[in-house]
Amino acid sequence: MTPRPTLQELTVLDATGRPRSLFLLGGTSDIALAVAERYASRVPGLRVVLAARPGERRDSAVTRLAGVGCDVHAVDLEARSVDSHEDAVRAAAALGDIDVAVVAYGLLGDNERAWTDVAAGTELAEVNFVGPLAAGILLGERVREQGHGVVVALSSVAAERPRRSNFVYGATKAGTDAFFTGLGEALREHGGHVLVVRPGFVRSKMTAGLEPAPLATDPGRVADAVLAAVDARREQVWVPGAMRGVMVVLRHLPRPVFRRLPI
Amino acid sequence: MTATPLRGSRLDVTRRALTGWGRTAPTTADVVAVTGPDDVASLLAGLHAAGEAPARGVVARGLGRSYGDAAQNAGGLVLDMTGCARVLAIDVEGALVRVEAGVSLDTLIRTLLPLGMWLPVVPGTRQVTVGGAIAADVHGKNHHVAGSFGAHVLELDLVTADGRVRRLTPDGEDADAFWATVGGMGLTGVVVRATLACVPAETAYAVVRTERARDLDHLLELLAEDDPDPYSVAWFDALARGPRMGRAVLTRGRLARLDDLPARLAKRPSSLGGEGQGPAVPPVPYGLLNRATGRAFNELWFRKAPRRPSTDVEPLGAFFQPLDGVRDWNRVYGPRGFCQYQFVVPPAEVESFRRAVALIAASGHPSCLNVLKRMGPSGPGPLSFPAPGWTLAVDLPAEPGLHRLFAQLDELVLGAGGRVYLAKDARLSSGSVEAMYPRLAEFRAVRRMLDPEELFVSDLARRVLL
Repeated sequence: MTPRPTLQELTVLDATGRPRSLFLLGGTSDIALAVAERYASRVPGLRVVLAARPGERRDSAVTRLAGVGCDVHAVDLEARSVDSHEDAVRAAAALGDIDVAVVAYGLLGDNERAWTDVAAGTELAEVNFVGPLAAGILLGERVREQGHGVVVALSSVAAERPRRSNFVYGATKAGTDAFFTGLGEALREHGGHVLVVRPGFVRSKMTAGLEPAPLATDPGRVADAVLAAVDARREQVWVPGAMRGVMVVLRHLPRPVFRRLPI
Repeated sequence: MTATPLRGSRLDVTRRALTGWGRTAPTTADVVAVTGPDDVASLLAGLHAAGEAPARGVVARGLGRSYGDAAQNAGGLVLDMTGCARVLAIDVEGALVRVEAGVSLDTLIRTLLPLGMWLPVVPGTRQVTVGGAIAADVHGKNHHVAGSFGAHVLELDLVTADGRVRRLTPDGEDADAFWATVGGMGLTGVVVRATLACVPAETAYAVVRTERARDLDHLLELLAEDDPDPYSVAWFDALARGPRMGRAVLTRGRLARLDDLPARLAKRPSSLGGEGQGPAVPPVPYGLLNRATGRAFNELWFRKAPRRPSTDVEPLGAFFQPLDGVRDWNRVYGPRGFCQYQFVVPPAEVESFRRAVALIAASGHPSCLNVLKRMGPSGPGPLSFPAPGWTLAVDLPAEPGLHRLFAQLDELVLGAGGRVYLAKDARLSSGSVEAMYPRLAEFRAVRRMLDPEELFVSDLARRVLL
């Protein structure tokens, strides 16, 4: 007989959208931290499992969340290693049910290198697609066992239509987007809820030094949109909201026109 | 959603998403429909003997009328009790009825009324099972005189985690187990049978006095009056602010005697003609209740009541369970669902009560079904909700920011020495529950004795660490 978890180890989102535990994969991501801070303001003593590469950035993320009253547990995660995902999910699950998981890590990369250099291109694919896929499979397993659970996956508007200036990143995000969209369907009958987030340009450390695109947003706004979408049990959300309309138009532009756009 | 056989049993299990009546926070569980007390006993005994207790526990579920997560069990096993629903024996002379726990109060009342019998406590809906009514220790409009449901249970059969059927009585050897089960939210075991005391009812009607109260003070004054009628409840306007805050419609009543009925009703005094399920609300993509529609509803409801006090004869269902006339009324709130907040504060805490009404009215969260009444003494159940004082219930659409209003209300209720009703709750924290239910330790001790391995568990139990 498997040892049964104690009451304290089992948790569930309540009717006012308050999780008791949060699992951040890519826990140093600006968006992941902003999501955690917002949940922390709803839930005093929120348990946060912060999975990231050990180091100074993770330490400061732990300090930041502890500072807003979270009960923070750091675990190691190497985005390019599938084994490391297994260990991280196991460590998070050992602390109790995973109410909300956020798959937030990602790499923008240098598009010109990525489409001309195999190592650079496959690195993007591993970090932005293979890793999240592994995370999704492992989290899906948890959801099926728990009978509940929210998985938030960070995609991008770049997933919706490839453009010359970042199509390798776009390709990897398109894979992730498709996978988590399908995972949401698969987990429906198991009580799971998967949210795919498609932000436009986010001013964050990932885009530091880049010229902001039109409709640029910031991690705080993305986090607000994530919480609102989880509350409403939505499966897709664009940030800012207007991006959805923009992408509908862009997706349907004939290629000769699209290619001439300054984006 | 295909059914698969449950290991070591002839029963089938279906994986299903479950919510409470408020339709918030769904979780998925393996649901097993049982057909009688023996199914429950053999299922639990089998699991116990094989040492194969489901990793995430078991809980019984009736008609799913708890508003929150009391009858759901994420990733675990849920016993659907609605097939364990026979009326086993009726003793008209002795005013007793013996039933299986999954029988609904609706079925039971339809069986009893033609025999001139009535239940001493009926809640605001008949669509609850007897097992559920015991587990939540429900109350009715006569709480101040009759106490809660558990006070009229003479005997119950509880299947515990070892699969044993224990016969419990309120003052027998196992009185502790009996009273922990009354109001125990299904966490002591599975109630499979119960014997209930009944009261006589000459007719299927009530004599109802309706009166408007112009504001909260007026209402409290009316409620404090000496009242010859056993049943009383007030609906109040939860959106009116300023001088009209707390304006209300107070209804008080008693069971009608034969000589109360007009001639046309007196011919068939126990006829259930006035009873029945009305139309159903279709699923709606968005909640229909917002500040504007809420305000309109509250205004209409107040104006519907006669200006001057009036007395009428009404079918019992119309007086006791008006909402049962509209099937699936919870769909009005749309896919996000709603939360009910019900609390009780001691009699002297009129000021806290007033502040709670003001907080709700000022919050901007619209509520239409706002109920207020006076409660009498508590029963012996350590986790039972009713307590002497003022109780208030509001139904609020689940929308952003609601947790802040609830946090304010929790603080107020705690400060006043009051408590929130677990059968209605979907969001309390464990710390608040601990403070609201000072006899929680007593409950836990009995639970540990009956179920040392915590087989019985629900999402509610996990959330507030019962």
